[in-house]
Amino acid sequence: MKLIAAVIKPSRLDAVRSALSAKDIHGMTVTEVRGYGRQKGHTEIYRGAEYAVNFIPKLKIEVAVSDDQLDEVTDLIIEAARSGKIGDGKIFVFDLLDAIRIRTGERNTQAL
Amino acid sequence: MINKHKKMALALAIPAMVASFSMPAFAQEAAAPEYISIFNTLLFLVGGFLVMWMAAGFAMLEMGLVRQKNVSMQGLKNIALYSVAGIMFWLTGYNLMYTGVDGGFLGSFGPYDFPAPGADDGSAGYSVASDWFFQMVFCATTASIVSGTLAERIKFWPFIIFTAVLTGILYPITGSWQWGQGWLAQMGFSDFAGSTLVHSVGGWAALAGALLLGARAGRYGANGMVTPMPGSSIPLATLGMFILWLGWFGFNGASQLAMGTIADAGDVSRIFVNTNLAAAAGAVTTIILLQVVYKKIDVTMVINGALAGLVSITAEPLAPSVPLALFIGAMGGVIVVFAVPLLDKLKIDDVVGAIPVHLLAGIWGTLVTPLSGSGNFITQITGIVAIGAFTMILSGVVWFILKSTIGIRVSPEDEALGLDKAEVGVEAYPEF
Repeated sequence: MKLIAAVIKPSRLDAVRSALSAKDIHGMTVTEVRGYGRQKGHTEIYRGAEYAVNFIPKLKIEVAVSDDQLDEVTDLIIEAARSGKIGDGKIFVFDLLDAIRIRTGERNTQAL
Repeated sequence: MINKHKKMALALAIPAMVASFSMPAFAQEAAAPEYISIFNTLLFLVGGFLVMWMAAGFAMLEMGLVRQKNVSMQGLKNIALYSVAGIMFWLTGYNLMYTGVDGGFLGSFGPYDFPAPGADDGSAGYSVASDWFFQMVFCATTASIVSGTLAERIKFWPFIIFTAVLTGILYPITGSWQWGQGWLAQMGFSDFAGSTLVHSVGGWAALAGALLLGARAGRYGANGMVTPMPGSSIPLATLGMFILWLGWFGFNGASQLAMGTIADAGDVSRIFVNTNLAAAAGAVTTIILLQVVYKKIDVTMVINGALAGLVSITAEPLAPSVPLALFIGAMGGVIVVFAVPLLDKLKIDDVVGAIPVHLLAGIWGTLVTPLSGSGNFITQITGIVAIGAFTMILSGVVWFILKSTIGIRVSPEDEALGLDKAEVGVEAYPEF
């Protein structure tokens, strides 16, 4: 199994969720994060004082998939989350040792 | 509120003369109709609770402009300072400000006495307690100005001790010089509702505290770098501004001190109009200037601008024509736009902008009264400088004593943790 962690623009969440849902991926965890890559940030001004906002709000979506689903899901996420402009985000893939459904105790791909 | 007692005597005398013409001959000493005293009392009570409501305005404004971790503390400070002010003004303040001043520098010491139930005959032209109540809320307003500037790093108890001294001694003494018929009043100084007596006094006390307290950690860096610390709730701050705006109709309007005659009712009404339009001018001017200077319109500075307009008109809200009132308020807005970043350049950390709004706009409002025919530049400058020097120096002394004994600033760890956790024990936003 693999754990996909996708850092995306907050405005793309709905598109990603519907794309995954259409392919029967019905579980995900979403966290509000801040980050930057090559998109440096911007300056804001509060009461006359300019300041650099280095960390941009993003969303991190974590989805657990079986190995054979990996490529399809990452392609779906890329397509739904891409806007073509700087700041679209990144996807990281981790090896997932196990997954367990708490209610029933099912493990492995049964739990996905 | 100049010549308070003269005004009261007039408010009773004119109707008394009218009454004496229409009464039968045996009524040699015609008493003023009772309704005069009742209406004056009503004005004090209604104006008084409107000014009391400004305590809610300050609380909302300050809580909205501090960070989440300090919101409970700001609420606590505002509850405490309003309460302490009321008690101190009974204990020493009122008599120090109003009793036996006689052209001098201070009144007398001792708690204030109220007539027993049913015993107040209104012969003063108003009820004794209503006068005390109305004056007390002005004292409390002065104290609340200080808490905004010093937020997020001052310890609770030294702040309360300072408040007790400010409300029990400092404010009443400078107040006695003018509204208590002291030496400034004799000289012809003009301050209708307190641009200097309330707002500048609060501002000087805040400035003295800010200088001795120091800026919040991380605020000012090398090479003039300024790190903003945005407030936690713009809705609360905006609500606070509107509450203050509403309260100001009591603050300025009821400072006419009389509403038992048609003329007085007209004057109170005119004061409402000028007060409102000065605030509006302050807000609009600030909006336009911010757009031009920064290309973005910072709502927290617009809030300051409206309030600065209100403070500016407070020295003379009755006499100006509407265009003059608009001008006076507009300049308050100008002051805010330039003074807020200037304080940062001087590394004076004023969390809510109370120094531009209350001290600087208060000075402006006081200086400009001669344009309405009240006072002259000599009287105005004298009053501003005398009250400024007295308040700034003595506040500095009190802050210094507190700093050297119990300390006025929380530890760096507590400042980072937030005062809600460090001193209040109640987080304003526990689940965030």
